[in-house]
Amino acid sequence: MTAAAVHHPTTHHGMPAASSAAGPAPKRIIIAYGFWLFLLSDIVMFSTIFATYAVVARATAGGPTGAQLFDPVNVAVETALLLFSSFSCGMMSLAMNARNRSAFYVGAAVTFLLGLGFLALEMREFADMVAQGATPQRSAFLSGFFTLVGCHGAHVAAGLLWLVVMVAQVADKGWRRPVCHRLMCFSLFWHALDIIWVALFTIVYLMGGR
Amino acid sequence: MTDTPHDHPADHAAPGGDTAPGDSREALLSSLRAYIIGLALAILLTGTSFWAAGTHLLWAPGVPIGLAVLAVAQMGVHLVFFLHITTGPDNTNNVLALAFGILIVFLVVAGSLWIMANLSANMMPLEMMDLHRQH
Repeated sequence: MTAAAVHHPTTHHGMPAASSAAGPAPKRIIIAYGFWLFLLSDIVMFSTIFATYAVVARATAGGPTGAQLFDPVNVAVETALLLFSSFSCGMMSLAMNARNRSAFYVGAAVTFLLGLGFLALEMREFADMVAQGATPQRSAFLSGFFTLVGCHGAHVAAGLLWLVVMVAQVADKGWRRPVCHRLMCFSLFWHALDIIWVALFTIVYLMGGR
Repeated sequence: MTDTPHDHPADHAAPGGDTAPGDSREALLSSLRAYIIGLALAILLTGTSFWAAGTHLLWAPGVPIGLAVLAVAQMGVHLVFFLHITTGPDNTNNVLALAFGILIVFLVVAGSLWIMANLSANMMPLEMMDLHRQH
């Protein structure tokens, strides 16, 4: 596609050749595409867990239901923390584009603290549920719940670890191109986690808590 | 914090190393605007979702569909304003991959629910199974 466009810079299938007329796509675009494919495969994996949860959501085996267990205020705070964390992650990428180190560190710290707050609230919710006897072993519904929400939480925890590594890389290596590409991948990952959370709070907490 | 040689002012001209120099300030402001619009829309949609789930003002059987619509809208907002999936020429591959991903997600979720609902409808109820065991 790109090779053909280099030799025929004006048109391709009768359409304006647009960016491919400039030659091969920049490495940044190619890396973002590859990482986007990974994110989509991750989303497909989540869809299988969502399907499992949807199938077993009513199978409470006489145990506690979602309406009895979920606290809407806790979920709203978790949602707000993750949304603002996504926004501050965007600010962090803008600071990277502007090569502004102090703004980058502030953005990274805010993103990390908001993400950590989300994870702390989720762990507290899990601990409360287990204390009430609502463990994953109790019913199919709870197995599905802990698998789905826990898998998202594990992704957030991995993202926090990744963010720490990226801050260390910026501090150590500066704005080298590979570091900037990794940071771009991190922000894609973090925004994708927020998209999964939107599906999660709607299906699990809002629909299941009624 | 000691700056490395890579923090040299010369780097300022080429953010990401791939964009044209000179347009960095306008580009920065326009992407800042995109993030703020995205955040405002996301807050609006999330707020509406939580309100719709908690209120008794709405017709209850219609609420889950409304929630689904709001969630899909918010995912669209996140894709456009945060992940920058656009209709631009350098985004064609991303959009095609997204379309394929949505197809697979739809097949997995709808297919599982369909098969399991069918199975559950055709399965013998538990009480009848007990009766069979007694006779």
